[in-house]
Amino acid sequence: MLEFLTRLFSRESSTSKDIAKERLRLVLVHDRAGVSPQLLQALKSELIKVISNYMEIDEQGLEVNLDSSENQVALIANIPIKQMKRLPENIVSGP
Amino acid sequence: MGEVIVVTSGKGGVGKTTTTANLGVGLAALGHKVALIDADIGLRNLDVLLGLENRIVYDLTDVTGGRCRLKQALIKDKHCEGLHLLPASQTKDKTAVNPEEMKKLCQDIAQEFEYVIVDCPAGIEQGFRNAIAGADKAIVVTTPEVAAVRDADRIIGLLEAAELRNPKLIINRFRYKMVQQKDMMSIEDIIDILAVDLLGVVPEDEQVVVSTNKGESVIQDERSRSGQAFRNIVRRIKGEAIPLMNLNQNGMLNKLRRIIGLK
Ligand SMILES: Nc1ncnc2c1ncn2[C@@H]1O[C@H](COP(=O)(O)OP(=O)(O)OP(=O)(O)O)[C@@H](O)[C@H]1O
Ligand SMILES: [Mg+2]
Repeated sequence: MLEFLTRLFSRESSTSKDIAKERLRLVLVHDRAGVSPQLLQALKSELIKVISNYMEIDEQGLEVNLDSSENQVALIANIPIKQMKRLPENIVSGP
Repeated sequence: MGEVIVVTSGKGGVGKTTTTANLGVGLAALGHKVALIDADIGLRNLDVLLGLENRIVYDLTDVTGGRCRLKQALIKDKHCEGLHLLPASQTKDKTAVNPEEMKKLCQDIAQEFEYVIVDCPAGIEQGFRNAIAGADKAIVVTTPEVAAVRDADRIIGLLEAAELRNPKLIINRFRYKMVQQKDMMSIEDIIDILAVDLLGVVPEDEQVVVSTNKGESVIQDERSRSGQAFRNIVRRIKGEAIPLMNLNQNGMLNKLRRIIGLK
């Protein structure tokens, strides 16, 4: 509840200038790294292929992006899992 | 040998031509010999801003193509002693000139003038490469919007790749009130993101349009705020350390000053 409230409030107080700055920051991380949408899309497809061997994931909800903080660029992936595959041999030794 | 400065932006319509015209008029008003080059081949604009559209006989591609001499193509400004314009051709396409020819042209003009200012077309293609080919220094113009700043970042990268290091930034169409309401990125935000030196901040000002309509430059309007901003930029280009002007146009003191005609 508390978390919900603080989130609500912080979202309300994030001004259009802050949104602009954050969007700009993110788009420049991609521009400067020379990472094209096509490259990210290809990366996504391969990730889905690999991860699907182990678990069932929500392909629509999958997000892969670059982000940066303090001169470090990181690849951030958010991969919602629908279900773990219940095949013990998969988990132990792979497909 | 004069200095060749190119005015770039990436995104279109942010104020390159307006800036070029005003800096030209401002430098000439201080007694310098200035030539402006309209490098926006096919979309000539600078002549209209200066009110010189009826005087064009030859243009840039006539000079590079050897159809006339440089002296014949340079147009003298009406109001401003010492200011000259080399207009762009309106009919040819960008490929009518190449970077080598532009470099040679800039060198030739810089023999005769103290400042040569090149108005760059929008975009990052051939027109851009032509415009920067002969430049010693670069100015990047942006507005405080996401798309414009993004393109400015791209341009800064391309300029540095072309050995035009340390480009200077002009933030145009700045709206103090919106920044105060946190609905527009501030000067600090933009400088922080682009990591370049600031050359000046020009406020959004209807007077720019009024002057343009008349074929005049707002820098000659003593009372306009954008004119003051451009006058400051001119002095910074000359190497003087001029602080940023007060951008708060609605401050009580400024209102009072305007009412009693001090500003
Ligand atoms: N500070 C300002 N306040 C108000 N209007 C402005 C200001 N600066 C520029 N403008 C207006 O914005 C428009 C675009 O300006 P300008 O032609 O100088 O941009 P540009 O970058 O040269 O465009 P292009 O990319 O098409 O060559 C013009 O109508 C001009 O009058
Ligand atoms: Mg222009």
